[in-house]
Amino acid sequence: MTQNRGVVEGYVKVAPVVVRDVEKATIDAAGIYYKHLNEAIREVVADGAKHVVLENVNGQRYLGTGVQAKGVKIDVHGTAGNDLAMFMDGPSVEIFGAAQDGVGNTMNAGTVTIHGDAGDVLGYGMRGGAVYVKGDVGYRVGIHMKAYENLVPVMVCGGNARDFFGEYMAGGILVLLGMNTQFADQPLVGSFVGAGMHGGTIYLRGTVESWQCGKEVGITEATEDDMATLKPVLAKYCEALGMDLDEVLAVPFTKLAPFSHRPYGKMYAPM
Amino acid sequence: MTTRPRYAEEASSKIHGGCGLMGICDESGTLMSGEDAILAMAVQHDRGNGLGGGFAGYGIYPEFPDHFAFHMMYHDLQAKEESEALFDRYFLVDLAEPMPTRPVKGISDAPLLWRYFLTPYPNKLEESEMSAEDYVVRAVMTINSSVDGAFVASSGKNMGAFKGVGYPEEIGHYFRLEEYEGHTWTGHNRFPTNTPGWWGGAHPFALLDWTIVHNGEISSYGINSRYLEQFGYKCTLGTDTEVAAYLFDLLLRRHKLPLELACKALASPLWEEIDRMPEAEQALMRSLRAVYGPGMLNGPFAIVLGFNGGMVALNDRIKLRPLVAARKGSILMVASEESAIRAVLTEPDAVWMPKAGEPTIARVKGMDWPIHGDLHLSPEDISCAVTGTDMSCETVEVTA
Amino acid sequence: MPVSFIQPEFKVKIDYDKCHKCGRCVQQCGWGVYNFNERPIPDDSKCRACHRCVTYCPARCISIEKNQLAYRENDNWSPAARKAVWRQAETGGVLLTSMGNPLPYTRIFDHLVLDACQVTNPSIDPLREPMELRTFIGHKPDSVEVEADGKGGFRLAEGAGMKNNLMLDTPILFSPMSYGSVSLNVHKSLAMAAQRLGTFMNTGEGGLHQDLYPYQDNVIVQVASGRFGVNQDYLNRGAAIEIKIGQGAKPGIGGHLPGEKINKEVSSTRMIPQGTDAISPAPHHDIYSIEDLRQLIYALKEASGYKPVGVKIAAVHNVAAIASGIVRAGADYVYLDGFKGGTGAAPQVIRDHIGIPIEIAIAAVDQRLRDEGIRNWASVIAAGSIRSSADVAKAIALGADAVAIGSASLMALGCHLCQSCHTGCCSWGITTQKPELTRRIDPEWGAEQLTNLVHAWSHELQEILGALGVNAVESLRGSRERLRSIGLDEQMNKVLGVKPAGM
Repeated sequence: MTQNRGVVEGYVKVAPVVVRDVEKATIDAAGIYYKHLNEAIREVVADGAKHVVLENVNGQRYLGTGVQAKGVKIDVHGTAGNDLAMFMDGPSVEIFGAAQDGVGNTMNAGTVTIHGDAGDVLGYGMRGGAVYVKGDVGYRVGIHMKAYENLVPVMVCGGNARDFFGEYMAGGILVLLGMNTQFADQPLVGSFVGAGMHGGTIYLRGTVESWQCGKEVGITEATEDDMATLKPVLAKYCEALGMDLDEVLAVPFTKLAPFSHRPYGKMYAPM
Repeated sequence: MTTRPRYAEEASSKIHGGCGLMGICDESGTLMSGEDAILAMAVQHDRGNGLGGGFAGYGIYPEFPDHFAFHMMYHDLQAKEESEALFDRYFLVDLAEPMPTRPVKGISDAPLLWRYFLTPYPNKLEESEMSAEDYVVRAVMTINSSVDGAFVASSGKNMGAFKGVGYPEEIGHYFRLEEYEGHTWTGHNRFPTNTPGWWGGAHPFALLDWTIVHNGEISSYGINSRYLEQFGYKCTLGTDTEVAAYLFDLLLRRHKLPLELACKALASPLWEEIDRMPEAEQALMRSLRAVYGPGMLNGPFAIVLGFNGGMVALNDRIKLRPLVAARKGSILMVASEESAIRAVLTEPDAVWMPKAGEPTIARVKGMDWPIHGDLHLSPEDISCAVTGTDMSCETVEVTA
Repeated sequence: MPVSFIQPEFKVKIDYDKCHKCGRCVQQCGWGVYNFNERPIPDDSKCRACHRCVTYCPARCISIEKNQLAYRENDNWSPAARKAVWRQAETGGVLLTSMGNPLPYTRIFDHLVLDACQVTNPSIDPLREPMELRTFIGHKPDSVEVEADGKGGFRLAEGAGMKNNLMLDTPILFSPMSYGSVSLNVHKSLAMAAQRLGTFMNTGEGGLHQDLYPYQDNVIVQVASGRFGVNQDYLNRGAAIEIKIGQGAKPGIGGHLPGEKINKEVSSTRMIPQGTDAISPAPHHDIYSIEDLRQLIYALKEASGYKPVGVKIAAVHNVAAIASGIVRAGADYVYLDGFKGGTGAAPQVIRDHIGIPIEIAIAAVDQRLRDEGIRNWASVIAAGSIRSSADVAKAIALGADAVAIGSASLMALGCHLCQSCHTGCCSWGITTQKPELTRRIDPEWGAEQLTNLVHAWSHELQEILGALGVNAVESLRGSRERLRSIGLDEQMNKVLGVKPAGM
C-alpha cells in the first residue's frame, strides 16, 4: 500500500523561484499555479528583463497573454498551457515543446515559435504578428484570422492540419507544409478548408481536393508572384525553426483565395 | 410521505456543464495505483469548479473478481435499509461494508457510502429468464427510480466508481484511491453550471462495468433520452452522460455492435463523407446512421468509456471538445490537456490528437474483450493506426 | 326571381383618374368581375379578393376593400353564420369551400418556442460548418447486424440494414394534390422542383401524366379510393406508393371532380372517359378494417418490387392508435394530415369542424410508436398547415420525420388563399383546367419559385439547428426538450410532451 501523502496537487499557489542574470531571468515553473507564474513574468519584464526563460512548464495557462512589450523574448521549456500568447502585443515567445489549444488567440503583434505540435483553434481572430509551428496542428487553425491597415498576421504550420483550416478567414497569410508530421499517411489537411473564407490567402505545400474546401474558396497553383510573396515568409519560418528553405520550396504550393469578400451578400431577403 | 430526495429524480431537466477528463490503461495488465489518475486530474484543476470529481478503476477488487460490486450512496439509514432489503431479495450478499474514506478539508455533506459484493440468486436469475447483466441492470434501475434517497454509483465486476462533490484530487484523496490498484483508470473534473450539490451527479456515470467520463454537452439529449426510453432505460438523472452510458450498453451489449461501429453510430461520419466511401461501407454507414440517428450524440463532447478489458476515448464528429492521446510502452493515456499526460508519463513515445469521431482504443492483453461484435476478430485483424511510434501495439485503433 | 340576402364580401375600387382603360383587369379576372364599357366596370358580388387584377394592373389603380356594411352586433350570429343560413335557404345545398380551415382555433405552433445554445454548449455556424438535413423516409430495422468482412472491417450481415427508403435532401416534401384539382403546369412545376431539391412531389389521386415521367424518381404515386390512373405502369414509375385514406380538410368523406373538369388530358391521366364525374368513394371498398389495409399494403409491395408504401390519414381523435395499427400493418410511413390542411373542394362543415390539429397528432403518434417500441418501423410525415420553417422545426421537434407542404407550395405559385379552388376559375391558373388560365403558370418559372421557397426554408432550418447546437436534423427530431410552450394549459403540455417556458 502506498503511503498517504495528502491531497495530490497539480499546482501550488506560491511565487516561483526567479534567478536574475542582468537582462535574463530564469523562472522554475515546476508545479507553480499559472497566476503566480504569470505574475512573476510580468514583474521581471517590468523590472527590465529582456529574456525570460521558463523551465519545467507543464500546462500553465496564459503564458505571454496580454504582455505588451517590444524586444522581450520568453522561452518556454515544457508543454505550454491553453491560451498561450492570447492578446499578446509585441514579445516573442519560443516553446521548446508542445502547445495546447488556443495559441495566439486575438494576438496583435509579436512572434510565437513552437518546436512541437499545437492544438485546436490556433490563432483565433489573430490580427497581427506571426505564429510558427514545427509540427502538426489541430482543428480550426487560423480561424477568423484578419488583417487591418498595416497589420497582416502570418501563420506557418509545418505538419498536417485537421478540419476547418482557415475557417472564416478574413485576412493574413496562412501556410501549411505537411512536412514534420506524425500522420504522414494521412491527407495534408482535413475537410472544410477555408469554409466561409472572405479574405487573406492560404498556401498549401502540395495539393488539395476541391471537396475538402469550402465553397467560398478558389483553388489555384501558386504563381511566381505568389511565391515571391511567400518566400520571405517561409525564409523567416525556416530561420526560426532551423529548417531548410530549399527543401520547403521543393514541392509546388497550392493557393486558396476567396471568390468574394462578401460571400453572403445575396443570401438574405429583406422584408 | 418522505422529505428525502428521490435521488434519481434530483434533476428533472438536463444539467449543463463543462469539464476535464482523463483515462489511462496499461494494456499489459500491469496494475497502477489510483494516484496517477488523481495527479492527471489535479493538473486539470481549473477545468472544474469544485462541484464534482470522480474516478473509475478496473481490476481493483481481485479478491471478488466475479461479484457485482455495488457502490452505493444513501441519504439516510432508511434508504440503506430499503436498498439492502432489495439486495437480500435478489442477491447473495457476500460482503457489505462502508467505503473506506478519510476526512478531507473541503469535502462535506457526504452521503452514507457503502459497498456490496453481490451475486444473483441462481434460482431467481433463472426465473427471470434474463442474463445476469440484465438482472443487475433491472436492480439498478429499480433502486435509482424507486428507492428514495438511494443511488447506485457503480455496479460492475472487479471495478468501481468513486465520486462526489469536490475537486477530483480531493475526492480521490477522500476515497483513498492510492490504496487501490487497477489496470485502467478514468477521471473527471466537473464544472456544472447549476449547483445541485449532489454526489450522484458527479462522473463517472456507471452501469454494470461501463463507466463514462464526459466533457462537453450533448445537445441531442432530448431525443437520445426518448430513444433510450423505448428500450427500457430510465433517463431521470438529467445528465447527458447518463444517455452516453446507456447508449453504449444498448449498442455494445444488447445490439452486439462492434465497438468501432458503435462509436460510428454515436459520432457519425458526415453524409458527404459517407457518400465518398466504397459501396459496401456506404451501405453499412447509411444504415447505421439512419437506424441509430436518434441515438447519435450531437454537440460538443469528449468521452472516455471504461470497461473490464480496456477503454475507448471518443470525440464528437466535428471536434468541439479537446482530447489528446499518448502512448508509452504498453500504456495508453488520454486527457483533455497534454499537460495532464506529461504529468503522469515522462517522455512518452508518442503524443497525438485523435481525429474527430474516431475512437482511440486500449485493450488489456489477455482479458476477455467484452465487446461482443469483436469476439470473432483475431489480433491480426486489428490494424494499428497510431503513427509516430514504431511499436507494434496489439490494439490501438481499429479502422474499418 | 327574388333578390339574394347575401351582400358582396368585397368592394372593387378603381381610381379612374389613373386607369389606362387597357382592359387588362377584364382579361386577368377568372371570375368575370369586370365588364368593359369604355372603362372597366366591376361587379363586386363576383370578386374573390384573389388580387390577380390588382397585381397585373399596369396603372396600379385597383384596390379591393372589405365591404364595410354594418350588421347589427351579435357575437353569436356572426355575419358569416348569417350568410351561411341565407345561402342554404336559397339553395338547399351543402356549403362547398376550399383550402384549409380558417376558423380561429388555437394555433399550437404559435404557442411553442425553440431553444438555443448559450455558453455551456456552442451554437454552430450553419453557413460554414456542416449542417445536415438529409432524411430517410421508410422502415428502419431496430438494430444493424454486421459481420466481419475478412479485411479487418465490417459489412452488413446478409439481409441486414436499411432498405427501400426515400432519401430527401431536406425534410420537406410537396403534399399530394391531384392533376384535376390543380393544373398540369402546377404538377410539372412541383415535379421539376422536387427533382432539383432532392425531395418528392406527390401525384395525389389523379394519376401520373406522361409529361411527369422524366421526374418519376422524385414522385410518390397515390392510390386512393377512386383508383384513378392506377395500373401496373403507374406503380412501377413512382418512387414510393401512398395509400390515401383521408385528408385533413375532409376526414371521412370522399369527393368528386365534376365532369366539366375532365378534359382530354385529365381523362387520359385518370383513365376515365371525358366529361364524366370522377367519384372518389368515402372509404376504400377493399379496406373495411386494419387487416384489409395490410392486405392492400402488401399487394402494392408485391406489385412494385417492394417500394416503400405509405398511408395518408387525416388526424382524428384516435390518431395514435390508428397510426400504430398502420405501422403494424407494414406501412413504411404514416402521413398525418392535420385539420388545417388544404383541399381543392370540401363541404365547409367538414373542413371547419372535423379533425384535430397536426401538432397534437404528431405528438400523440410519435409517443405512441415509441411506447410500443415501433418508432423505427415507419417514418412520420406531418402536414396540415405548415406555414414557415419555424413550423417545420417545431413539427420535427415534436417527432415528425418530415413535413409536407401543399398550401404554401401553391402560394409560391401565386395562390392568395381566396378559398375558391372548387370553382375551377382560379385566376392564377392553379386550380383550374381552363387553358387560357392554366397557361399563366410556366412550369420553369413555377419550379424556380418552389425551389426558392424550399431552399429558403431549408436555410432557415439550418440556422435553427445551428442555434440549437446540433448539426444534423436527426438530433432535433423528437427532441421535445428543445421546445417550450407559452400560454398552453397543463393538459395540453402533457399531450404535447413539452414543458412550459421557464421550466
